[in-house]
Amino acid sequence: MQIAWEVFTPAAALAGGALIGLAASWLVLMNGRIAGISGMLGGLLDRAGDWPLRLAFVLGLLLAPTLWWGLIGPLPTIQLATPLPRLLLAGILVGIGTRLASGCTSGHGVCGLSRLSPRSLLATGCFMLSAGVTVYIVRHCLGWA
Amino acid sequence: MSKLLSALIAGLLFGLGLLLSGMSNPAKVLGFLDVTGRWDPSLALVMAGAIGVAFFAFRRAERQSHSLLGEPMQLPDKSRLTVRLVLGSVLFGIGWGLAGICPGPGLILLGMALPAGLGFVLAMLLGMLLLPLLLRCCS
Repeated sequence: MQIAWEVFTPAAALAGGALIGLAASWLVLMNGRIAGISGMLGGLLDRAGDWPLRLAFVLGLLLAPTLWWGLIGPLPTIQLATPLPRLLLAGILVGIGTRLASGCTSGHGVCGLSRLSPRSLLATGCFMLSAGVTVYIVRHCLGWA
Repeated sequence: MSKLLSALIAGLLFGLGLLLSGMSNPAKVLGFLDVTGRWDPSLALVMAGAIGVAFFAFRRAERQSHSLLGEPMQLPDKSRLTVRLVLGSVLFGIGWGLAGICPGPGLILLGMALPAGLGFVLAMLLGMLLLPLLLRCCS
């Protein structure tokens, strides 16, 4: 294994992670809810009874870049070279998969692992592994960008 | 404080955390997932930072019946390890590995008014709407 030291950003990663943990802590202690983004979106699509709360949380995420721009300045660089058909296929698989598994990186990966949930541990292991294998196939077997 | 304002604040904090951590940049996420290439371990530290903070909040939350705003504590009570959980997570991981975007960063890219963010989020919502139909066909 070769570490890409020039792009490794340990301080920002830890601080940003702590902020994500603070957000999840806030939502569970104040509102009694799990900060699972796919779950929030899924409930919105189903027009669940608590949709206003879900919408408020999702709006917060959507407005975060604007707040960053106002408070801190220029937004971080985004590097995304995925061609459109693959991007859309990725979106559809993320939608189907997170709904089938009742959670994604936030619900299972952050909140579930913080609760030491065996289901979330299994889910996180599965999506990390399948994502790693997918990147391996795409980059190293198919040689796509 | 109203519960809607509180949820909005949680969403804003979450989004600022994603931006600060670098996880809104798909290339950085793919750099973590590419273990056999030149590996960027940043995402592991994001998870460690988030869990290190949230662990204590959830320990507190598990002992309470209501939140600080008086809402009932709604924590998942499912404990069965199911095929559905595994299959869903594997499919999610394939999608995540194809573009380096999971639901939170997808919303951030949309919030930055990037066309790719809009495309990804619309496709993800379509996938979420498709699942009930697929399950009906297969059962």
